[in-house]
Amino acid sequence: MIEVNDLTVKFGGVTSLDGMNLRFDEGVCGLIGPNGAGKTTFFNVLSGFVRPASGGVRAFDTDLLRMAHFRRARWGIRRTFQTEQAISDLSVYDNVAMIHSRLRGSARREDILRAIELVGGDISPSAKVGSLTAGQRRLVEVARALAGKPRLILLDEPAAGLPDEETRHLTDVIRNIPANTGALTILVDHDMALVSAVCETTAVLDFGKLIASGPTAQVLRDEHVMRAYLGTAEVV
Amino acid sequence: MIDTAGQKAPAATGLMQRPDRRTLVRAAVITVLLLLALFALPPLMTGYYTDTMTQVAIYSIVTLGLGLLVGRVGMYSLGQLAVLTIGAWVGARLLFATGQPYILVLIEAGLVTMIIGSLITLPALRLRGLYLALITLMLAGAVTVVLATLNFPNGGGGFSGYNGSFLHIPQIRRPSFAGTDPAFYRFSVVVAIVMFLVVFAHLRARPGRAWASIRQSEAASLAAGINTTFYKLWAMALAAFVTGVAGALLAGADRELFSIDFPIQNSITLLAVVLMGGAFSLWGAVIAGFLQAFLPAMLYQLWNVQNDWLIILFGVGVMQVLATAPGGIADQFPKDMKRLYRLISRSWRRPAAVAGAAAGSTAGKGSAAS
Repeated sequence: MIEVNDLTVKFGGVTSLDGMNLRFDEGVCGLIGPNGAGKTTFFNVLSGFVRPASGGVRAFDTDLLRMAHFRRARWGIRRTFQTEQAISDLSVYDNVAMIHSRLRGSARREDILRAIELVGGDISPSAKVGSLTAGQRRLVEVARALAGKPRLILLDEPAAGLPDEETRHLTDVIRNIPANTGALTILVDHDMALVSAVCETTAVLDFGKLIASGPTAQVLRDEHVMRAYLGTAEVV
Repeated sequence: MIDTAGQKAPAATGLMQRPDRRTLVRAAVITVLLLLALFALPPLMTGYYTDTMTQVAIYSIVTLGLGLLVGRVGMYSLGQLAVLTIGAWVGARLLFATGQPYILVLIEAGLVTMIIGSLITLPALRLRGLYLALITLMLAGAVTVVLATLNFPNGGGGFSGYNGSFLHIPQIRRPSFAGTDPAFYRFSVVVAIVMFLVVFAHLRARPGRAWASIRQSEAASLAAGINTTFYKLWAMALAAFVTGVAGALLAGADRELFSIDFPIQNSITLLAVVLMGGAFSLWGAVIAGFLQAFLPAMLYQLWNVQNDWLIILFGVGVMQVLATAPGGIADQFPKDMKRLYRLISRSWRRPAAVAGAAAGSTAGKGSAAS
């Protein structure tokens, strides 16, 4: 469970998050909104890259904002980025092994191999990441997020730029994350089909303000959400 | 569940399996080259080239340290020459002041250099790119200034171990088993091998993965739970350690050290040869060692080319590398060789194919005629 209370982030004169209040309990939760709404900023706050002006974030009874950024990953926060971050000259195994884990020895090795297995996509652990397709490299990043007993997984536009077939495969992978790892997963994406398919609850940000949250189907039909996403136009 | 559960077993076993054929061939080539360098080369070399090859072994260690920082972590340091000088100074001082075994002095010099180097570069840890290069160049300049005042130890007393009134400067001692130049050359090669193995072991383990991640993205590294400051400091400490060992080795190789032998522009040429050799591979460090120590000596011996001209040569070399071969010679040379092999094999096959076609057509005509 993650609970966000009155979270405000400012960059100079720009308010990126404006008194955000949010609660996600379990499963895969969506966070959507137009470009510049503050979604990645929210992830950056959770990762520790951005210090909020005010407010608090508690996850599983832990005050996240009091932890150093690298300690948050050790605590159990996992994250993928909008831009690809898999390291091309290392193997898939080494890429996943990069994540901090309390496991040691064969247990750690098995955990890494299991994470690679969970994302599927015909990826061999010994393959060099540079030899993989863009979709497979995305899966390696997701595998990294699944390793080392995650508690909170943040997926930042994982389907961006992927062809339909790979997006469908990724949809299955993300949908199964809670069952496979028990982690609360927050998905940011512009692909509404993906969000509808995997997210039980969804919150919507617009200009740093939370404008809707609740069951995904209901939120996507919300008038304010449609206006924020599509705008309004007079049809003549 | 996802559909690839059946793949785990072969892939997993493949990961930790016996080394493949390519790895074995590579290991065999390295072993043969090292045996040649240790046993076949010394009897063939003149005294001049024995000294030069000793310098190659020593500077390979220095470029190994710099390559680690530049290629593996993405930290552009122009201060490695200063670190080398610190290692040489500490090594010389310990060799004059104590009767400890030479190998122990090498380790001590490495450790002292590691501590000093890490402390000095600590404030630079938050810097990257041009700013880090600039700060480390300033550090190299500062060390040069201090050394010009302090001088290298020459058997005198006190902290500095320097006595300006000596008419006959005692030589820095060498290990008893490596007193001659060829023996010291072999000793230097063995020390270089050990240093390469130390760095190799790091690269294959968790620090290597952490450095690769930091080079790619510090943000992603932090998100993966990597303490980037700690691992960058680790890289700097390791680079300083191996460079300190190289410095102490240099003290025994040169036997007399003068601050004038460590001009600040060598910091820049050092980075240039590392980029030319290939900062992303251990072979690149060896090639860079040759470029730094062998090429100038050879050009001087053959055509009396002065070192100053090498700045121009290295400048052109770096431009070439940046424009066409970012992986340096170590990356580009095998590719060029493969291309050459393909070209030659194609040109061999073509005349054979033409001859075969001609023979076929003649036979066809013959059978038609009959």
